[in-house]
Amino acid sequence: MFRFLINRLMLMVPVFFGVTLVAFGFIRVLPGDPVEVLAGERGVSPERHAELLAQLGFDKPLWQQYFNYIGDIFQGDLGTSLITNRPVVEEFFELFPATAELGLCAILFALIIGIPAGIIAAIKRGTWVDQGIMSISLTGYSMPIFWWGLLLIILFSNTLNLTPVSGRLSFLFDVPPVTGFMLIDTLLSDEKGSFLNALHHLILPSIVLGTIPLAVIARQTRSAMLEVLSEDYVRTARAKGLSTFRVVAIHALRNAMITVVTVIGLQISLLLAGAILTETIFGWPGIGKWIIFSVFSRDYFAVQGGLLLIATSIMIVNLIVDLLYGFINPRILHQKSKS
Amino acid sequence: MALLEIVNLTVDFATATGSLRAVDGINLTIDEGEIVAIVGESGSGKSVGMLALMGLLPWTSTVTADRISFNGQDLLNMTDKQRRKIIGKDISMIFQEPMTSLNPCFTVGYQITEVLSHHFGGKRKSYNKKAIELLNQVGIPAAESRLNSFPHQLSGGMCQRVMIAMMIACKPKLLIADEPTTALDVTIQAQILELLIELQQSHGMALVLITHDMAVVAETAERVIVLYAGQQVEQRKVKELFENPKHPYSEALLNALPERAQDKHLNAIPGVVPGQMDRPRGCLFSPRCNYAQDLCSQEKAPLKDGILCHFPLNLSKSKKQKAINLETG
Amino acid sequence: MSATSSVSTSIRAQQWKEFWFYFSVSKTAVAGLVFLILVVLMALFADVISPHGPAEQYREFAKLPPAWIEGGQLQFFLGTDYAGRDMLSRIIHGSRLSLLAGCVVVVLSMSIGVLLGLIAGYRGGWVETLIMRVMDTIMAVPGLLLALVLVAILGPGLLNAMVAIAITYTPSFVRLTRASTLTELNRDYVTASKVAGAGPARLMFISILPNCMAPIIVQGTLSFSTAILDTAALGFLGMGAQAPIPEWGTLIAENRDLIMSAPWTVTFPGIAILFAVLAINLVGDGLRDALDPKLKRS
Repeated sequence: MFRFLINRLMLMVPVFFGVTLVAFGFIRVLPGDPVEVLAGERGVSPERHAELLAQLGFDKPLWQQYFNYIGDIFQGDLGTSLITNRPVVEEFFELFPATAELGLCAILFALIIGIPAGIIAAIKRGTWVDQGIMSISLTGYSMPIFWWGLLLIILFSNTLNLTPVSGRLSFLFDVPPVTGFMLIDTLLSDEKGSFLNALHHLILPSIVLGTIPLAVIARQTRSAMLEVLSEDYVRTARAKGLSTFRVVAIHALRNAMITVVTVIGLQISLLLAGAILTETIFGWPGIGKWIIFSVFSRDYFAVQGGLLLIATSIMIVNLIVDLLYGFINPRILHQKSKS
Repeated sequence: MALLEIVNLTVDFATATGSLRAVDGINLTIDEGEIVAIVGESGSGKSVGMLALMGLLPWTSTVTADRISFNGQDLLNMTDKQRRKIIGKDISMIFQEPMTSLNPCFTVGYQITEVLSHHFGGKRKSYNKKAIELLNQVGIPAAESRLNSFPHQLSGGMCQRVMIAMMIACKPKLLIADEPTTALDVTIQAQILELLIELQQSHGMALVLITHDMAVVAETAERVIVLYAGQQVEQRKVKELFENPKHPYSEALLNALPERAQDKHLNAIPGVVPGQMDRPRGCLFSPRCNYAQDLCSQEKAPLKDGILCHFPLNLSKSKKQKAINLETG
Repeated sequence: MSATSSVSTSIRAQQWKEFWFYFSVSKTAVAGLVFLILVVLMALFADVISPHGPAEQYREFAKLPPAWIEGGQLQFFLGTDYAGRDMLSRIIHGSRLSLLAGCVVVVLSMSIGVLLGLIAGYRGGWVETLIMRVMDTIMAVPGLLLALVLVAILGPGLLNAMVAIAITYTPSFVRLTRASTLTELNRDYVTASKVAGAGPARLMFISILPNCMAPIIVQGTLSFSTAILDTAALGFLGMGAQAPIPEWGTLIAENRDLIMSAPWTVTFPGIAILFAVLAINLVGDGLRDALDPKLKRS
């Protein structure tokens, strides 16, 4: 297990430096005079230009600029937002919990519905139940989620008045941020009804963000289950006289989950891409909305820092998924004892 | 009363190209504490028949029989739920591929104690001592530490021992061993067979040994059933069969044994078991039979004295001659 | 000479027949293919079949509902937008852009990806390491975010959006091609042609590539559908096709403020995206089942 972890970490290092190169290069290939763009000033005098150039460190050779950049990164300095004048790292971590909360709820939604749906489809393969589940999940997989979100808003918010249109919490409540996770913060606060209100705000965005992972998980669970159900050890389990439920839910599912967890890992990156759209539609104050706002407002230091932080957090989440994978797959867990 | 009685068991599979008959009217009785061998080539339906008895065939199969009774209970008209109370407890089965037949995600201990707690109730953990005892019984060294091993940490022979421990845990009255040694090294094969016989005697259980190896039959079983293409072609005492095989297929199987080879060549049976597409019209063995005559390829073979053949072998010479004269004249 | 060529064509015909046999097993795949052909025809003959010009404004008929809702008119079958433009005509013309985007993205990313994958798998060594680490880096950033950043560099617009999306899709083709190349490289037929004196180019493109095409084709189909989705998403975010152009995602964005007063202006472009993508995915699933030799056997 330990070796497995080290291997994964070793693979992450070149990728991390690759991303720093991308983030570093991004600012330098922007169209126009970087100084004017970055300083947000127009028609600057030559003296001011030289001064800004020196201030940004752009007068030094490129390799030295890169080393300075890396040095800054390891000191936790990812630059300052041009709009808010606050450190990018600070802004990122302030907004991160909102995206994490949304992403977790979306994945939870996808797992709770997707895995049982996939299992049922596999058990009833070839029947109309299977075809129905697979048709729905292919539709979900083909969904343009920004439109799906708008459609749900038309239906649930505008027509039925069931859910709020945007934000994380009604203005009526005043909940102090403790963890940044609204569901936890509302429970900690003494505002009555604020938890339910936060939950209400989470429902539609979670469904929208969870739709594609749900479809993928359902399809993967089905195919993994079909494969596993024809394995010899499932026959052994049945030969023991175990109930169908136990054979499927304990013996087969545990093995099928090994492939499904890998798929969940691959979804993390897609989930963040989806978060950009979902947060934009629902006015969700998270990383996705922040980064797109930064792109639009030409806040390039924020985009640069955000790029690196987002890529790094995806790498970390993937590492966690890998650990989970090792945990449910004993063949990896015991690699050390074998070698 | 017989422990197990199967009358006219037939199994069909629905395939993309039509229905496939894998087992065609098998009859089988097994008494308590008896060892019976079922012999045949690959594709002769020997495993399928036993899997049908266990209710382990996939949903594409249809099982019919006149009667299947075990220990006085009617297995045929039983619900799945009732059957599952017997399967794994009174009748259990071990399989050909020990490495893939154990669940890779659970420890050996889990898989053994699971069957105990399922059939006898109680917490799984409470059977740990019993599991160690079982592992000792099947000859696994350092049984206590093996409880927490995963199947991939064990060798093939060890896996098969674990499989046996798991399947004899509830002291079954009948153990079906489906080619238990085929996937193992030759040296391990003998050990596993010995173990099975030893357990059969000490537990007093009946043992059905499915194999394609006549040598194994000679060493172990009392009675033998020879299957060909899903049909039961001969059913005899082992000793009689070896001395005096009556079905040409049985004879061919015996002649294929290395120690019976007359010269440098092994007497292989030409051809393969007929499949779905090339099923002969008459006797199913006729295309490969050394003694086949015109009648054999025209008409289905009759069942006489438990032998499915137009012209059984080793009857008294005159009788045989008469039969041939009858046919030709 | 002519005999051998007729033999090879008959083999090809045989292969097509076999392929069609396995593909047509799935009725949904065939249905998807039929629908896809209809969309392609719609795109080709957009000028002929659309009732109005895509940019033509009928100010007096602004925000008209679809024909079957009260107040709707038959000449504006799916209703009109805020400027009185016919939604149906705009959607029909939008199909051109979406299909074009899908094609451009797949052709770009597939050709670059396959080439790099072949080189990585064939050459090995530091070339492989370099290519694969670059691909890992591209994959480390969420595709849509990377596309956004690239568009920020290149400037918003449909063409730039397509290029940006193509770049984000390249790694999956590289990985796939490399993996298949590595397995094929050890096969006897490759050794045989190597012994026969085939050069690297011949080995890569004539010997190896045709034998790893099946998964690449399947991946290409799936990329086609996601490319349409991502182009629409960039259009929706305002970084793809710009406003008067009737690209499907842009249509949704420009009518977003009308979701209360004229929901049809948002609904129908989305249905168009969904159905087009669904059809392609159905075809992709059918292709995968027909081309996957593992499934063929069973």
